Amino acid sequence: MNHSITEPDRAPLDAVLLYVLTGLLALGAIFATAFSDDRLFRFHGYLLIAAFTLAFALLTVAMSSGRLRSPPGRYADGVIRAGVIATMFWGVVGLLVGVVIAAQLAWPNLMYFPEHGWLNFGRLRPLHTSGVIFAFGGNALIATSFYVVQRTSKARLAGGVWPWFVFWGYQLFIVLAATGYLAGITQSREYAEPEWYVDLWLTVVWVAYLLVFLGTLWKRKEPHIYVANWFYLAFIVTIALLHVINNLAMPVGALHHRSYSLFAGVQDALTQWWYGHNAVGFFLTAGFLGMMYYFVPKRAERPVYSYRLSIVHFWSLIFIYIWAGPHHLHYTALPQWTQTLGMTFSIMLWMPSWGGMINGLMTLSGAWDKLRTDPVIRMMVVAIAFYGMSTFEGPLMSIRAVNSLSHYTDWTIGHVHSGALGWVGFISFGAMYCMVPWLWKKDRLYSNQLVEWHFWIATTGILLYICAMWVSGIMEGLMWREYTSQGFLANAFVETVAAKHVENVIRMVGGLMYLSGALIMSYNLWRTVRLPSPVSAATTPAPSLIPAE
Amino acid sequence: MSGLTYETVAMFAQQGGTLYFAAIFAAGVAYALWPKNGEAFRRASMLPLEKDEDDNVQA
Repeated sequence: MNHSITEPDRAPLDAVLLYVLTGLLALGAIFATAFSDDRLFRFHGYLLIAAFTLAFALLTVAMSSGRLRSPPGRYADGVIRAGVIATMFWGVVGLLVGVVIAAQLAWPNLMYFPEHGWLNFGRLRPLHTSGVIFAFGGNALIATSFYVVQRTSKARLAGGVWPWFVFWGYQLFIVLAATGYLAGITQSREYAEPEWYVDLWLTVVWVAYLLVFLGTLWKRKEPHIYVANWFYLAFIVTIALLHVINNLAMPVGALHHRSYSLFAGVQDALTQWWYGHNAVGFFLTAGFLGMMYYFVPKRAERPVYSYRLSIVHFWSLIFIYIWAGPHHLHYTALPQWTQTLGMTFSIMLWMPSWGGMINGLMTLSGAWDKLRTDPVIRMMVVAIAFYGMSTFEGPLMSIRAVNSLSHYTDWTIGHVHSGALGWVGFISFGAMYCMVPWLWKKDRLYSNQLVEWHFWIATTGILLYICAMWVSGIMEGLMWREYTSQGFLANAFVETVAAKHVENVIRMVGGLMYLSGALIMSYNLWRTVRLPSPVSAATTPAPSLIPAE
Repeated sequence: MSGLTYETVAMFAQQGGTLYFAAIFAAGVAYALWPKNGEAFRRASMLPLEKDEDDNVQA
């Protein structure tokens, strides 16, 4: 071996910093738990003690083993492999909880225990939404962003062991949020339910994520920053901004789980929906567009249809999305002009959304035959089609007159799921199917046939889901506004619920099919990892430490 | 504080904001369409197609 540079025999600074931080956090968690008289806060305190002491113990061993070094000549792929596993694990969990609550909506007595609230619909529902959005989607975004930024920058992830802190810190956030919902810890802000101390923890993790991403871009060897990284960066920066501002709150006490928002009344509502809609725009759209702009060209072996269009797509999307939130507050105390502003910007979003969709789809030009032969690229193309469909439907629903029918009905749920299952889910599945053979050094997936099964079962499931929700949504919307000849409301609320029973069952079946697809995928990926490695990859030579001229 | 009314602040935010965002967006579009940038964009668009699934950082 020609290692001309001998590294000094001590742990790298980034690892020492993390070690010290973990130790301090473990101590802090022990004291906070010991002195708190709030039962729910102590419950989370015990979780934090367990997490930080375990991390501290593992780091103690790792520090002495020399495993925390970061050879600059190698991509940091271990953390991405962990991200793929976490994505699939949380995906299955989140979808399973979704099926359970869909069943609860069809059969309201299912798993309902009046004395114990843990499995009530009200507690399971945020577990489902956060599980699929933040746990499944978030892990997919972190893993793919780490992959894309390294390859397109030709540089190893910055920060040494800190990408691992981002990964494990994010898992801890998920566990705190999920257990908190079940225990009844919530600040009742949609998609921002975790309480103040969990929000603070996510802020620390997110800033570390931002610094790792920026640091990698900073040391890139490629002069141009590839457009996928722009989308990822917009996602990271904007989520930081939204998260911090929407969660500004005053805790009841330093050692108490409960807090109250700094905003009140309609300002509070607008802040929440500025956050809520941009969670859709920047978490569920911009981040996954980053995924699209890397994995679709790579899989199609064609450069993106128009790089110029991708830049216009980027700037128009981020400028317009940020104003669309008020469309969630039509017919409320929010001033009419603000509602109209939200509606107008939502309609303007048609242009960047469809520009991006066309750009993604046309990347396939000259390679359309791959749709027939490669189920993975078919999955990603269907994802882009769902992106186009749900971003057509969204602006339509933001029009005040349409919203008067659609708001609070199942139509909204159907719309969200065509975006979430069709776009976010399928583009992530496509990226995972691409990455697993690359990351584990295999020359193929275990079975393309199983991808076909996944594709068709999941696609049929989505169609069942969204069609059922269109029918039940429009039906209940019409029932709510139906008057008798004397001017009384024609239907009691419970009658509108009873009328949706069949659609609720169909929706559950659709969700079950989508979950089945994810289980098939998990099995397929697991068997792919277990495949024997091709000889060439196993004998990859160690990288030279001498930089190229 | 007499000059700083809700109306002046709102007018500044609305009109100034419109101009500010329009200017930045125009700059973005100009950057995207600038003929000289074409070659850099063509090169950039080829980045995902490189055979870089290996874990060695390419020089």
